Amino acid sequence: MAEEKFDAIIVGAGPAGVSAAIVLAKAGINAVVLERGEYPGAKNVQGGILYTKMLDEIIPEFWKGTDPAPLERYITEQKIMLLSKDSAIHIGYKSDKWKGEPHNCYSIVRVHFDRWYAKKAESLGAQIYTGVTVRSLIKQNGKICGVKTSEGDELLADVVIACDGVNSILAQSAGLIDEWRPEEVALAVKETLELEKEKIEERFCLDGNEGTTFEMFGKITEGMLGYGFLYTNKETLSLGVGCKVSHFQKTGITPYDLLENMKQHPILKPLIRGTKTVEYSGHLIPEGGYNSMPPLYADGFLVAGDAAQMVNPSHREGSNLAMTAGKLAAETVVEAKNKGDFSSRALSSYQKKLRQSFIMPDLFDHKDLEEEIESRPELLTDLPEIVSQAAYEYFNVDGRSKREVQSAILKRVFRHRAVRNLIKSELTFKNVMGLFKGAVKGAFKFKSLAKGN
Amino acid sequence: MASVEEKLGTLNFKNDHQSHIAIPDPKICLTQCKDKPCTKVCPAKVYDWVESQKKIVIGYENCIECGAARMICPFNNIKWEPPRGGFGVSYKYG
Repeated sequence: MAEEKFDAIIVGAGPAGVSAAIVLAKAGINAVVLERGEYPGAKNVQGGILYTKMLDEIIPEFWKGTDPAPLERYITEQKIMLLSKDSAIHIGYKSDKWKGEPHNCYSIVRVHFDRWYAKKAESLGAQIYTGVTVRSLIKQNGKICGVKTSEGDELLADVVIACDGVNSILAQSAGLIDEWRPEEVALAVKETLELEKEKIEERFCLDGNEGTTFEMFGKITEGMLGYGFLYTNKETLSLGVGCKVSHFQKTGITPYDLLENMKQHPILKPLIRGTKTVEYSGHLIPEGGYNSMPPLYADGFLVAGDAAQMVNPSHREGSNLAMTAGKLAAETVVEAKNKGDFSSRALSSYQKKLRQSFIMPDLFDHKDLEEEIESRPELLTDLPEIVSQAAYEYFNVDGRSKREVQSAILKRVFRHRAVRNLIKSELTFKNVMGLFKGAVKGAFKFKSLAKGN
Repeated sequence: MASVEEKLGTLNFKNDHQSHIAIPDPKICLTQCKDKPCTKVCPAKVYDWVESQKKIVIGYENCIECGAARMICPFNNIKWEPPRGGFGVSYKYG
């Protein structure tokens, strides 16, 4: 396939790439997807929760019809657990509202999903070549005009869309990013655990195809910034944990030991009792967010999905951002094709589209979150233990009067070095001024809102 | 407790005869790098310090292609690129 010329080359058959391929196929654009895995999904790992809305905009009602997506369970319950070394505080939300279609989100087995999604794209006219690793970009007079594979083949196109994931060779080759810093990515490891369908439903109190999700903070990450997760699939559970690469580097904790220790946690152990590990997996998650995003376009070039750091870790969203970004990138290419202009100026409307979507606002609003948490290490090290101890005393009946117990709890909490440090770090001039500014701004906003009505 | 070797045993690999990982200057590992974070952070234990050989031995056949190796070496001494098309790990669940 040397020296073939396409309108567009998409690198990577993940959610971003396949979404772009579908939009381009529908518009009759001659595009090809190059995937390095033996099959789409072979290299991909996700927790994985898939949000409905964004895929629905690309494949309407993908959950039903003659060829529905391979979904595991629709999620009706979401739980957060704060774990200390031997206890857990649960916060959760379960709703009947999530039983009705369209469901808010589903648990998926990512490889099954990716294979289906790629087939769907092919049935709509997209071309996907698997087993093709792209090594670099071909540039002519500063404009990107194709790709070179690991076998030395050259493929040419008016535009290349890089959807090649967190280890984006292409964004690097285009000179848009350097290597990620260890602070900008998290490393997650996961096990897929087999368990009979009935047992899953009984153990997690699920009705039929309902599913539940757990996000777990505290002791299990050993003071590193990250969290564990447990999701219910049809006949498997997904159990994993992810922390910042820089924290793994600093602590020297090995990811597989972290996962193994988590499996031994007294609160989690009964939840995964009797399961059999059918797969171990590991992947990087780009968590630098807005602050780490590369330029999203160049002459003849667009970047979408993980390759562009489009992940909102605090809401465990990523694949949905990738789908919308892939779609918007493809729409930009369609416009460019109509104008016959693939310059960076013409492609810059991609960025505008992203700003008008939920992607940029979400990434912008969460851009400093991880840094804020990291600047207060007590939140990760001491706080889970303090809160858990307070809960223990509160619920434990030991003959003391409630009055005594409560004042003992408060005393201990507020005398704790970690809590004092936290309070001290919040009581800065900047924060007080910020609070004041916020109040004034809020008051004005409220006034103008009232006028508007 | 399941070891990392047992965990890796759940995976399918199609191995290339050539490694996709290299350590350009093995001297740095011996003389400058005390902590050797690659031996700890890698989730597939690809990097192993072998005292008798005084070097890091790379088990590229076990690489699950997360890419963490690209950024964990404090001396930028690991060259990692994705395996050639069709080679490497193939997840069944992912």
